Parts: sequence; structure tokens; C-alpha cells
Amino acid sequence: MKDWFMVTLVGRDRPGIVARVTRALFEGGCMLGETAMMRLGGNFSIMMMVRCGAGRRDLEAMLRPEAESLDLRLHVDAIDARLHDHPQPDARITVYGADRPGIVAQVTGALAEAGFNILDLESDVGGTPEAPIYVLHMEGQAQEGLAPLRSALETLRREAGVEASLTPVEALIG
Amino acid sequence: MAVLPILTYPDPRLKQVSEPVREIDEDLRAFVRDLEETMHAGPGGVGIAAPQVGRLLRVAIVDCSRTRKPVPNHGRMVLINPEITRWEGMAVGREGCLSVPDYTGNVIRAEAVRVEALNEHGEPVAYDCEGFEARAVQHELDHLDGLLFLDRLVSRRHDLFRRKVYKKPGER
Repeated sequence: MKDWFMVTLVGRDRPGIVARVTRALFEGGCMLGETAMMRLGGNFSIMMMVRCGAGRRDLEAMLRPEAESLDLRLHVDAIDARLHDHPQPDARITVYGADRPGIVAQVTGALAEAGFNILDLESDVGGTPEAPIYVLHMEGQAQEGLAPLRSALETLRREAGVEASLTPVEALIG
Repeated sequence: MAVLPILTYPDPRLKQVSEPVREIDEDLRAFVRDLEETMHAGPGGVGIAAPQVGRLLRVAIVDCSRTRKPVPNHGRMVLINPEITRWEGMAVGREGCLSVPDYTGNVIRAEAVRVEALNEHGEPVAYDCEGFEARAVQHELDHLDGLLFLDRLVSRRHDLFRRKVYKKPGER
């Protein structure tokens, strides 16, 4: 599919950003595909699949005034859009522990080696400023089955000082 | 026997409340056979409800005996005018629907339910279901009230907060 772009906006969060940006896109004749907005540490960020027949230059020009008035950084990339193509996760993995540098690299490295393809990842820092905890939550596909993932998590529990659990995901179709 | 066409959202019939079955006769039994064949014709379907084929009747079938990974189940359950009479626990699980292609989402359901109904011979039946099968029963019974799993989606961020809530027997 052509005419699709990935629009990324990042900046300080404030009320009304999504409404203003999507209004500008709608009035400019664009259509949205999949989108994800996240508020990370008080920062606004959104990624939007946007279909725009007018092309990248016009799309940027359309969004520039809104981005500037909202003090957001704007980034537009042409993409290959694959809608109606959702790979299904078959495992959900949660890892948490006392925060320290390197948890994500260590955990995802071990899981990648055990055949885990991450489809979705989010993490949070909770606890107190003095004793922060890190919570990592993933969904993905176990390309070599669940057994190697379970044993990788067992090793991480033992060697990385984190709690780690795996829940199989079996989508019910009814 | 025939595989019936499955309605897909946004067909408005999927959002309507179905009528109770008044008479369980040979016509209804023939319809149940078609409904079952339709359920098995789709990939991986573990349940189906009459409104999914455009018959606004309180009839559902659940059969979790053929899942990829075996789960506790009662085999094929034909549920006519079904009622859930007991709920226990809560769990998040992933659901999709024959009537909502190419989309799955997380839904909170009771972990265990008791469902009472009539079978296709008009006999009263009661099943105590747990886990995946309990989820399937709740998913199909929702169809009879015009509800899709889309009406019950929870954010993926809710996955972390699993908890159990126990109800007193008979509480609804």
C-alpha cells in the first residue's frame, strides 16, 4: 500500500494535543491507521500511521504549524503499511525487580536467544525515588516453543536478581 | 446440514438482544446442527451463538474439546435459553471472534461459571466450567445480549493486575 507515512510527535504533554493534531490531519484529507500514544515520564509521544495522498512534503507542511504551536518535534517517514496483518502473541512475559542499569538488555538478550520475538513491550519505574523498581511487560511469539523461554527466565531469576513470569496466551475465537 | 454465512461487525444484528426459544422441535435441532457445522468450518472456533448467523434466538454452542492445547472441558455443549447462575474469580485473557476478523484483544471474565440451560432435546442441563471453557461460555452468552468482546476490552496495561474476587453462592 502506498501513500502511508509514520508520523511521530514528541514533546511536553499538555491537554488537547491529540485532538488538535488529528483535526489538522482530517481537515487535510488524511486517514489514520494504527496509532499509539504514550506518556513517558511526563513527555507526550505519539506514533501514527497516516495515509496522505498529497505526499510527504505536504503532510509535513500540514502538521508543522500545529507542531510548532504545541512545541512538539515532528518526524515523518514513508512506510510500507500492512494493515489487517496482526501477528498473534502466544506468550506474555512480566519481569520486575529492583531497578538497575541493564535489566532490559539482559532480559531481552536472553529471551531473543531463546526464540522470543517481541511484539509489544512497555516498562515502568515504580517504587520510591530511593528504592525504584523496574517493571517490564512484553507480549510476543515463542518461535521455538515455551520451554526454552521458561528455562531462560529461570536462569534470569537466578542470575539477574529479577522476578520473571510467563503466561501462555491462547486467543479464544468464538 | 449446511455451513451458514457468519455476520461480521458492523452488522447491526450483532448488537441486538436475542429472543428466548419457545419451542424445541425438529426445526430447531436442524438449526443447531447447521450452527455446529458453521462453528467447526471456521479455523479454531470454540463456540458460536445463533445471532452470529442472523438468527436472533437464545441458542449457543460451546465445544472446547479440540483446542490446540488441551483444556478442561465438557465436550460439546448445546445451550438453549442459557443463564449463568454462578461466577467466581476474574482473569484477563485474549479473545477474538468469528464476527470480528483480524482483531483480538484482552477481556476480563470470570474464571469459573455455572451455566444452566436446555439442550436440543429440551432437557435441563447444568455445567460447571472453568478457565478457557468458562471464558468461551461467557463470550457466547454475551452474543445473545448483543454484546461483543469489543464491548469489554481492557487496556493491555491491565494485564498486570490479576486478582481474585469470590462471590457468595447464589450472588449475581
